[in-house]
Amino acid sequence: MLGLLFVTFFIGRVMPIDPVLAVVGERATQDQYHAAYLELGLDRTLVVQFSYYVWDVIHGDFGMSLLTARPVSQDITRVFPATMELATIGIIFGIVLGVPLGVVAAVRRGSWIDQIARVVALVGYSMPIFWLGLMGLLLFYGILGWVGGPGRQGIFYEDTFPSVTGMILVDAALARDWGAFKDAFSHIVLPASLLGYYSLAYISRMTRSFMLEQLSAEYVTTARVKGMSEWAVVWRHAFRNIRVQLITVIALSYAGLLEGSVLTEIIFSWPGIGNYITTALLSADMNAVLGGTVVVGLIFVCLNIFSDLLYKIFDPRSK
Amino acid sequence: MTTLLDVDNLWVRFPNRTGVFDAVRGVSFSLGRERLGIVGESGSGKSLTGRAILRLIRSPGIVEAGHINLHGENLLEKSEAQMRKVRGEKISMVMQDPKFSLNPVMTVGDQIIEAYRLHAKASKAEAYKKSVEMLEAVSIRDADRVMKAYPHEMSGGMGQRIMIAMMLIPNPEILIADEPTSALDVSVQGQVLSIMDKLVKERGMGLIFISHDLNLVSQFCDRVLIMYAGRIVEVCEADKLHEAKHPYTQGLLGSLPRFDAPRDRLQVLTRDPAWREAPSVEARL
Repeated sequence: MLGLLFVTFFIGRVMPIDPVLAVVGERATQDQYHAAYLELGLDRTLVVQFSYYVWDVIHGDFGMSLLTARPVSQDITRVFPATMELATIGIIFGIVLGVPLGVVAAVRRGSWIDQIARVVALVGYSMPIFWLGLMGLLLFYGILGWVGGPGRQGIFYEDTFPSVTGMILVDAALARDWGAFKDAFSHIVLPASLLGYYSLAYISRMTRSFMLEQLSAEYVTTARVKGMSEWAVVWRHAFRNIRVQLITVIALSYAGLLEGSVLTEIIFSWPGIGNYITTALLSADMNAVLGGTVVVGLIFVCLNIFSDLLYKIFDPRSK
Repeated sequence: MTTLLDVDNLWVRFPNRTGVFDAVRGVSFSLGRERLGIVGESGSGKSLTGRAILRLIRSPGIVEAGHINLHGENLLEKSEAQMRKVRGEKISMVMQDPKFSLNPVMTVGDQIIEAYRLHAKASKAEAYKKSVEMLEAVSIRDADRVMKAYPHEMSGGMGQRIMIAMMLIPNPEILIADEPTSALDVSVQGQVLSIMDKLVKERGMGLIFISHDLNLVSQFCDRVLIMYAGRIVEVCEADKLHEAKHPYTQGLLGSLPRFDAPRDRLQVLTRDPAWREAPSVEARL
């Protein structure tokens, strides 16, 4: 974690961007420039700057965002739940459809189901997500009108219920505002299924190859010799053995989604963390970029710890 | 001796790009309540013969036979659902290496209980009790602890005894042992074999013992089939193995060192292409 901080901090500082200029603007006088220079502490050595930064980060202070003129931490608590909501629904979609699809494709290897799964995954891998997103919007929002358009909710529902978690679906459900829930759902369903489709492609392919490996194992033959049905052999025996590998894949893919998928968020005007970091980067808002990167790194570390914990539960050999 | 199993003209084929590979080529034999050894080198089709009886050859492999009769019922005509009643309950199989043939993420107890409850209507408590008894029957002390353990915590010899317990718990009539001791230390081999032998005798089962170890088979079995290139080249009584007539069997025996007749150079087996094409010997009782 400290390593990550270190690297991002120094990349930020050595970039050929003048942070002072970004603050004071191009028409500042030399005195104003110098005052801001001192204000930002840029006269100190990098090491000192870094230690101040780390000290602040430990206390939850990522500095001010130049772009939004608010503390970065406040910005992140606003944008991160939006991404989290999207990513969580996306990954659930990916798991619920991707895992069974992968298992069936492995069990019925070479059959039409396997072929369909292959095509579905191939399309998921290779179609540009922005194109799919635009086409989805055109079809389901523009022509059919089945789903809500870009953004997280309709204007009509904005601020009609208290924000507790920042995730609109959860907040609306907590407030028992089912109209708002439905509205938010109709907005999230398209981008979430798009992300879900993307992770489905990956999860189903990995599940398939893990299962193929297990199905040729001797203990699977043992289970068949016992007189078990194919269904039980697959789920009770083979599937139990791929859980650990599967968790790794899912955790990685979830972490990827939590980083924020910039393209999806931009197309759907989703105020998520991917959108936030990218905008910050393009306008040289280094505090925001650093803060965002640290949060993303933190997510990775947490998910890794979490999946390690699950290993312990699912694989007796790791004890 | 009553015939339990009768295999008639068994073929196992694998289609590949260049044609069809015949792994087992027209094997016929029968099994009574006896210990029948099948010996042969790697690729001679002995393991596939065992698996074909249980109809465990997976696609693209093809099994063809005149019949595989168990008590006069042709197993080839049974549906998958009917076959599931045969597997485990009537015919069971112990495989080579317990490291791979036991499920690594299930406790030993769960796996044995599962084998029992697939064929017997029993409560969990009854099945547990029965499983502990079965573990004790294969000379495992501290059966309660073993029930809760995972396969990786067991030694090879213990693993194989667990495997035997698991396969014998539904009380099958035929046990196919596919190289059951090849992965074990020599010192443990004898122990595992004698346990298996005892149980098979007590229960009056038929045993098909697949091995590449001629000496082991000749000591342990009643009758021996010698397979070569998917065919049976010779059948003989196990104790008369050393009087075998087929040049292949003689060659195999000659290439083994013997304590009672030490030689400076061991014979090298020279293969005659004609052996491949010679018709398969029938090994009926």
